[in-house]
Amino acid sequence: MSAQNDDSAGVTRRHTLECMLWAGTGMVWTLVGGVPGSMPLAKAAALNPSKTFSFVQISDSHVGFDKPANPDTLGTLREAVASIKTLPTKPAFFLHTGDITHLSKESQFDDADQILKELGAPVFYVPGEHDVLDDNPGQSYLARYGKGTSGAGWRSFDHEGVHFIGCVNVVDLKAGGLGNLGADQIAWLAADLKPLSSSTPIVVFAHIPLWSIYPEWGWGTEDSARVLDLLKRFGSVTVLNGHIHQVMQKVEGAVTFHTARSTAFPQPAPGTAASPGPMKVPPGLLRTFLGITDVTFQRGEDRLAVVDHTLAGEGTSK
Amino acid sequence: MIQPSDISAWRIRHKQANTSPAASCLSVAILLMSSSLCFAQPVTIHVDNFTFTPVETTVAPGTTITWVNDDDIPHTVVATDGTFKSKALDTEDQFTVTMTEPGEYVYFCSLHPRMTGKIIVKAP
Repeated sequence: MSAQNDDSAGVTRRHTLECMLWAGTGMVWTLVGGVPGSMPLAKAAALNPSKTFSFVQISDSHVGFDKPANPDTLGTLREAVASIKTLPTKPAFFLHTGDITHLSKESQFDDADQILKELGAPVFYVPGEHDVLDDNPGQSYLARYGKGTSGAGWRSFDHEGVHFIGCVNVVDLKAGGLGNLGADQIAWLAADLKPLSSSTPIVVFAHIPLWSIYPEWGWGTEDSARVLDLLKRFGSVTVLNGHIHQVMQKVEGAVTFHTARSTAFPQPAPGTAASPGPMKVPPGLLRTFLGITDVTFQRGEDRLAVVDHTLAGEGTSK
Repeated sequence: MIQPSDISAWRIRHKQANTSPAASCLSVAILLMSSSLCFAQPVTIHVDNFTFTPVETTVAPGTTITWVNDDDIPHTVVATDGTFKSKALDTEDQFTVTMTEPGEYVYFCSLHPRMTGKIIVKAP
């Protein structure tokens, strides 16, 4: 993500942000005290420019994977961390949306931790199905990342008035089914959301998409409709997922769904291959398929600015 | 490697010798062994492209079944009734069970639960 790469790709962060401004020209919706209103974008930005922070989503690092699709997943994770350090706004914290490791081995968790500690800010994790492959599923994961979580590792926290919820949808999966949250987690979520005002911006992060992308490949969550029901009353909801190793976005009312790239290997677009297994691309192109997601929150805007950066230095705004 | 023909020859020899009850038991055991050799050939199920192939298999009691993971992604083999459960199988890893009890066994990959298969165990 060097400036040189940006120039050669012809897509700089500045260009990206300019495009975003163009896209957003006109009125923006705001939520003040739960009452929706609108104002010109420039005014919204000027109202409280200090109330801005960004965080970065990292996903699907698959440390330990060494097959032809990417024999050096540790190297590309290192590149992802290096690219994050060049971002103009220092992220307040990080979300890792699972598949930290490929096979849940202690050595793989160790290797990932060694690199991710270079980020220099807290990392909040949720597990992917590859992180709960130990004999007692999820024990190693929870021993490392489970502090302050409940159940299989779900959690919530607040930052600058934004409520973050980490959900676990990779345990206790049922034959023939999709991702699964389970009744206990949904009851916890209902209680967690109850005291919040509807104007509280919400960010939900989980490994498997919470919207049905391609059930034939298991890209969806069995009981996600119950979660979306609980989130209906909120004016700003951002759902961040991983698992499918590619960027996809959908906006449904006040809910923006977004999936991140992997730092390890790409997977095919839905239905374009015999299976969702690792996609082999020419080595020179691999880094255009890998990346991280930079999310900026600005008070007064109902939608978070989501910018996907590839390890080849390209950025696209959503 | 004992061939079924060797066992038959051995059994016939014993019959001719009009042996003791203990030896008769032995000969019954050998008979059973002989029948399992005839009907319970080991079965291999390949896990490839997130699919169990063959997806459904009918076997005789006593058949040994081996799953081989041909994918670049780990999978598991888990019976829904808990009869068998593999660890995570990385590329080329194998998991073997011997099915003794007749019945229908639905199994799936607990990582990718859309992957399901069925073993039917019944006497030929």
